[in-house]
Amino acid sequence: MSVNTVPVLPTGPTGKPIKTTDLHVGEAEPGCKKRDPILVVDGVRRTFGGLTAVDVDHVEVPRGAITALIGPNGAGKTTLFNLLTGFDKPDAGKWTFDGRPIAGVPAYRVARFGQIRTFQLTKALGLLTVMDNMLLGAKGQSGENLFRALLPFLWRKQETDNQAKALDLLTRFKLDTKKNDYAASLSGGQRKLLEMARALMSDPTLVMLDEPMAGVNPALTQSLLDHILNLKAQGMTVLFVEHDMHMVRHIADWVIVMAEGKVVAEGDPHEVMKNPAVIDAYLGSHHDEDIGEDPAAEVEHVSAITELLDDER
Amino acid sequence: MDWGAIFNNAAGELISPTTAAYALAALGLAVHFGYTGLLNFGQAGFMALGAYGYAISILTFGFPVWGAFLVGVGASVIFALILGIPTLRLRADYLAIVTIAAAEIVRLLFTTNAFASVTGSANGLSGYKNEFAALNPLADGTYGFGPFENNAYDTWLGIVAWSIVILAALFVWQIMRSPWGRVIKGIREDEDAVRALGKNVYAYKMQSLILGGVLGTIAGMIFALPRAVVPSNYQTTLTFFIYAILLLGGAATVLGPIIGSMIFWVLLSFFSGFIARAVEAGWLPFMTVVQGSQLRFILVGVAIMLIVIFRPQGVFGNKKELAFVR
Ligand SMILES: Nc1ncnc2c1ncn2[C@@H]1O[C@H](COP(=O)(O)OP(=O)(O)O)[C@@H](O)[C@H]1O
Ligand SMILES: [Mg+2]
Repeated sequence: MSVNTVPVLPTGPTGKPIKTTDLHVGEAEPGCKKRDPILVVDGVRRTFGGLTAVDVDHVEVPRGAITALIGPNGAGKTTLFNLLTGFDKPDAGKWTFDGRPIAGVPAYRVARFGQIRTFQLTKALGLLTVMDNMLLGAKGQSGENLFRALLPFLWRKQETDNQAKALDLLTRFKLDTKKNDYAASLSGGQRKLLEMARALMSDPTLVMLDEPMAGVNPALTQSLLDHILNLKAQGMTVLFVEHDMHMVRHIADWVIVMAEGKVVAEGDPHEVMKNPAVIDAYLGSHHDEDIGEDPAAEVEHVSAITELLDDER
Repeated sequence: MDWGAIFNNAAGELISPTTAAYALAALGLAVHFGYTGLLNFGQAGFMALGAYGYAISILTFGFPVWGAFLVGVGASVIFALILGIPTLRLRADYLAIVTIAAAEIVRLLFTTNAFASVTGSANGLSGYKNEFAALNPLADGTYGFGPFENNAYDTWLGIVAWSIVILAALFVWQIMRSPWGRVIKGIREDEDAVRALGKNVYAYKMQSLILGGVLGTIAGMIFALPRAVVPSNYQTTLTFFIYAILLLGGAATVLGPIIGSMIFWVLLSFFSGFIARAVEAGWLPFMTVVQGSQLRFILVGVAIMLIVIFRPQGVFGNKKELAFVR
């Protein structure tokens, strides 16, 4: 993949993004087979004391598409992300990435395989410059070895190349003017952009974004959306967690719905919203105060869902 | 009051081997704490391993200087591994607890009578300087001028000590501006983010712990060469003095620990000379000479507090960084 060419956004004649379709085999139901899955998850369970945060029987993430992982607060989306990326250990279960079993593989190795994640709470490295943040994302740097670090001529060329690549990405993310500023001086939305740009430095195959839009100034939302669409245009697979249903419907090719740790529905973004299981998950056949639901968020979900259903008619 | 002698002694501390030793130990802590964010509260333990490793190798085993040096360095690498393997995967505070305890264990092992024949117990060890002195290319006599005038042994020790400090400073400066240093600083900011970018954080933290520890160990050897090795020199207070020096100079800097050590020792010597003479002259009638020697630490503490209040990033720290400290 070359970063020098900014790909044309995959939008159709109506200005809407072109959706990737025909991703699954058979009925669109929880755990359904995909034509070309990049991530295949089997029997993954994670409990915290008495609480089962994640209990996924089977789920497949289609390659080359944008998949949204949605579900109410506390559904277990972040926990599933942590498990799949090696940041947390499950009680049981296994999964493969690109055909390679990676259960029990430490997080840094998962990342080296090309499965890169971002965090719900942004992790910009505050006292590093924006450029250093970016350079940290590059793979296979020989100067990251303590002994070779002493001999700059061994890594200077690679460093210059990485800087050029970083500057290119920063320009696309409109952060190039900030390259020498501390990341701590960026706004919340700019940090999200930086985290995403940094992830791209390693040329990942699967990008996992945990709530990329949370806390982002609405003025930046559109550009973030375009960046996510761009990832697909460049051949990457995207799995992202999001609350904003409009956004999900706008860019996702496939939607996986989680509730109380389980996958309760899957499908095309337009169809899945009509699924009674989804409406149940959001409107709550459960009114368990124990799971720590945030009432404000719940109201928000309800309004988002009703709004969407109205849209569909 | 003999102001001349007070200033003379204070100025002499500026380039004394002891100042070099503290500078080097603080540079090790800069690697740990300032750059990597590792809370090592056991730097005194690393220094003790250097001092005892060197002295025991020479006195008990008759090793040459370079052999004794390698024994000290090897001991500190093993010590760092013992500290790091169980704790570096855990939250940052575990390392702090384990290092402070381990350094005390090391000191108590050197103090206990059980190994008195090798360690000299509470009396410590002496008589290990001849091997180092034998390497001295300088002829007998005095060298230097004014406050910096020394005999041949002290001059030789000073040259070696400060050469090591300069080499170590260049080494740290170079690795911290390399991609390796970028990973290390990233770990200080947020190790999960660095892990998510495919870096083996555990291995980097271990390298940092070993590297800073070895610098502390070499500092321990330099510290031992102008005096005897006494276990009570390696109490936790020593670690805190090193931290004071580090914060004084600037935690994530290379020059900070060196200049911090100079400021610390010059102030300490100045106050100590001043108070001793003030007590003698009857200016402080409520005080004995022994109490006076405690007072100097209080005054150094106050001086350091003033510097930290008016220049919280340390002498060499970057003011811009401080604006973002949470
Ligand atoms: N480290 C933890 N310890 C205890 N409970 C946790 C922990 N992490 C998550 N949980 C619980 O697991 C459930 C799922 O959380 P999470 O995965 O963050 O949900 P989501 O990202 O879908 O909002 C929640 O009930 C949460 O309180
Ligand atoms: Mg979450």
